Amino acid sequence: MSREHEQGMSIIVKTITRLTVGLILLYGIYIVSHGHLTPGGGFAGGVIIALSFVHLMLAYGKDIALHKMPRAASAFFEGTGALMFLAIALLGFTGGYFFLNFLPKGEPFRLFSAGIIPLCNIAISLKVGAGLFAIFVALTLLKVVSEKKK
Amino acid sequence: MTPYLLCLTLFAIGLYCVLRKRNLIKMIVGIIIAEYAVNLFFIMVAYRVQGRSPIYSPEARITNMVDALPQALVLTSIVIGLATTALLAAIAMRIYEKYKTFDITKIRELRG
Amino acid sequence: MEVVNIIPLFVVLPLAGAFLITLAGKYLKRAPDILTNLTTFALLAASIFSVRIAWQHGVLVYNVGAWQIPYGIAMVLDGLSSFMLVTVNLVAFCISVFSIDYMKKFTSKWKFGSLFLLMLAGMNGVIITGDLFNLFVFLEIASVASYALVAFGTEKEELEAAFKYAVMSTVGSLFILMGIVFLYSYTSTLNMADMASVLIQKGGGNITLLVSVLFIMGFGLKAALVPFHAWLPDAHPSAPAPISAMLSGVLIKSLGVYAICRIFFNVIGVTPETLSILMFLGALSMVIGVYLAIGQWDFKRLLAYHSISQIGYVFLGIGLGTPLGIFAGLFHLFNHSVFKSLLFLDSGAVEYSTGTRQLKEMGGLSSRMPVTGATSLVASMSIAGVPPFNGFWSKLLIIVACVQAGRYGYAFWAVLASVMTLASFTKVLKYAFYDRLKEAMSQVKEVPVFMKLSMSALAVVCVLAGLLLIGGWNDALLDRARDVLLEGTKYAVIVFKGIDLG
Repeated sequence: MSREHEQGMSIIVKTITRLTVGLILLYGIYIVSHGHLTPGGGFAGGVIIALSFVHLMLAYGKDIALHKMPRAASAFFEGTGALMFLAIALLGFTGGYFFLNFLPKGEPFRLFSAGIIPLCNIAISLKVGAGLFAIFVALTLLKVVSEKKK
Repeated sequence: MTPYLLCLTLFAIGLYCVLRKRNLIKMIVGIIIAEYAVNLFFIMVAYRVQGRSPIYSPEARITNMVDALPQALVLTSIVIGLATTALLAAIAMRIYEKYKTFDITKIRELRG
Repeated sequence: MEVVNIIPLFVVLPLAGAFLITLAGKYLKRAPDILTNLTTFALLAASIFSVRIAWQHGVLVYNVGAWQIPYGIAMVLDGLSSFMLVTVNLVAFCISVFSIDYMKKFTSKWKFGSLFLLMLAGMNGVIITGDLFNLFVFLEIASVASYALVAFGTEKEELEAAFKYAVMSTVGSLFILMGIVFLYSYTSTLNMADMASVLIQKGGGNITLLVSVLFIMGFGLKAALVPFHAWLPDAHPSAPAPISAMLSGVLIKSLGVYAICRIFFNVIGVTPETLSILMFLGALSMVIGVYLAIGQWDFKRLLAYHSISQIGYVFLGIGLGTPLGIFAGLFHLFNHSVFKSLLFLDSGAVEYSTGTRQLKEMGGLSSRMPVTGATSLVASMSIAGVPPFNGFWSKLLIIVACVQAGRYGYAFWAVLASVMTLASFTKVLKYAFYDRLKEAMSQVKEVPVFMKLSMSALAVVCVLAGLLLIGGWNDALLDRARDVLLEGTKYAVIVFKGIDLG
C-alpha cells in the first residue's frame, strides 16, 4: 500500500513502466502493419495500443495519462479512424464496386502488397485503440452527476 | 463428440448464471461465459482432423489446413461481445449510483 | 454509373452521418439536427426509388467488393426488401423531424443523433443483406445502439428497463448465433441463396428442426412474441418518446418479423408444423397482449402492451401460409408501423406539454392541444379497426383469410381481440382528451411546429394507406412482397438468375 494512493503505484512499478510502455506501443504497431502477413490485424493491434496507454494510467495515475492522451484527442482519433475506413470503402467506387480492392497488389508476402488491406488495418486500429481507451476512462474515473432533464 | 458436449455444458452454465443469480454483476459474468462458449463452439466446428493452422507462407505446403472462415467470423463476434459487455457494465454502474444496491430483487420500480 | 449501385448507399449514408456527427457535433450546435434530417430524407428518397427499380428489374444482386457468391457478401434487393425499406425509412424520417424539438430537453443532442443513425444503419443492413452472418452483425449493431438509446435519460426507471432489455436481447442474440453455427456446419456456406439450394439437395433432417427451434427462440426474443415478451412493457415506456416510436414501430419488425420471414420462408423452407407454431404463438400474443393492456393506467405502458398484441396479428396473418394471409400480414405490418409510431409520438407530445404519463391525471386535453387531439383520434381509430382508416382494411383481410383457410377458432380470437382493442382506446381517448379540463391542465400549450408537422404527416399516411389496396400501388409494393415469400426456397434460383443479369 503506497502512501500517495492518488498518484499511482510504487516506484518499482513506475520504473519498469517507463522502460516498457514504449516497447508495448511499438509491438502493437508491428502487429497492425503486418496484418496481411501474420496473424493479428487491426483489432488485435488496436487492443495492444490501447493497453499501452492503460498501463500508463494504472502505473502513474490519471493526470499524467490524460496529459499524454487527452479525452478530446481520443474522441478525434476514434471518429477519424471510422471515417477513414468508410472513405477507403467508398473509393472502391472508382473501380466500379463498393469496397473493391483497387490499389496495386504487388507480389505476395512483401510488406507493401495486398491493396487496401494495410490501410484498412490502420484505420481499424485507430478506432479500436481510441475506443477502448475511452471506455476505460469512462468506466473508472469519471463520476459524472446525472444531467438534469427539465 | 465429447468436446462439443462440454462446450454446450459451458453454454448451459452461462445461461444458469443469467437466470438464477441475484446480483447484477454475476448476471453479466454469466452472459460473458455463454458468449465465450458459443465462440468456442464455432471454432470447434471448423476443425479438420490432422489440420494445420491456416497461415500461408512461402515455404509451406498447402495440405490439410483447418477451416479459416469461422476464425474471421469469431473475431467479429468477440468484438460484438466486447461492445455489449462494456455497455452492460456502464449501465450497471449507473444503477448502483441510483439504487445503492446490486440486488435485482430490490430494483423493482417498474411493475404491473 | 449503373442503377444497382444505389444498394450499398442504404448502409453507407447513415454510417457516414453518424461518424460525422461525432466529429462535428460538439462544436457546431445545429449540425446534429441538420445532418440527421438530411440523411433520413435522402434515405427516404432512395427507398422510394428502389421500389421502382425492383419493379422494373425483378431481383437485383450486388456483390460487395466484386467477390462472387459464395466467396463474398451479396446484397439482394427484391420485392420484400424494398417494401420493408420504404416502411422503415418513412417512419424514421418522420421521427427525426419530431426529435428536432423534443430532444431540446436533453443536453447532449449529438449523442442522440449519432446513436439514432447507427440504429438506422443496422436496420437497413438487416433488410438488405443476402448473407446470414452479415445479418447477425447488423442485428447486433442495431440492438446495441438501441440499448444505449433506451438508457438515454439516465433516470432510475430508464436504467433498470435498459438493463433488463439488454440482458434478454443478448441472450436472444446468443441463440441466433448458435443457430447460425449449426447451419454453417451442416451446409458449409453462409450465403442465403446458396444455403437454400444446398438444403434442397441435402434434405432437412434433425439439424433443421433444431435450428428452427433456436431461431424461433432467438428472433422471438427480438420481436417480442409471447412468451418472450417480458422486456417490452418496461423498455418501451421508459425510453424518450421518439425512441419508443422507433423501437415499437420499426425495430421489432425489421429485426424480428422480417428476419423470421426471410429465414423461414426462403432459406430453411417452411413446413406446416412451423406455420402452425407461428400461428399459435401469434394468436397467444394477440390475446394476452390486449388482455394485459386493458388494466393499464400509464399511457405509454398501455401502448407497449398493444404492440405485443398487434405483432400477434402479423404473425397470425403470415403463419396462415395462404396468399391472402401473407398479403394481409404484410399490409398490417406497414399499417402498424405507421399508426403505432403516431401513437407514441402523440404520447410524447402530451408528456412534453403536461409532464405526466398517467391517464388519471389528464383530462380534456383536446381543447388546449387541437393537433395532438386530432391525430390521436385518427391513430386510435386506425388501431381499433374503424373504417375507413388503414387498420380496418388489414384486420378485415386477416379475419377473412382465417375464415377462408377454415380456421374458425383463430378468426374468433382475432375478432375478440379487435373488440377489446377498441374498448381500450376508447378509455384512452376519454380520459386523456375528451373529458372535463382539470385545473392542473388548464395552462398547457400546443407543441412546437416540427412536432405538429411530423404527427400530421403520419396521420395523412394513416388515412391514405387504404389506397394501397387498389391498382398500381398494390402491384408495386404488396404483391411483390407477397410473391417473394410465396415462392419459398425457389429464392435461390431467382437470386442466381439475378446474378447472371446484373
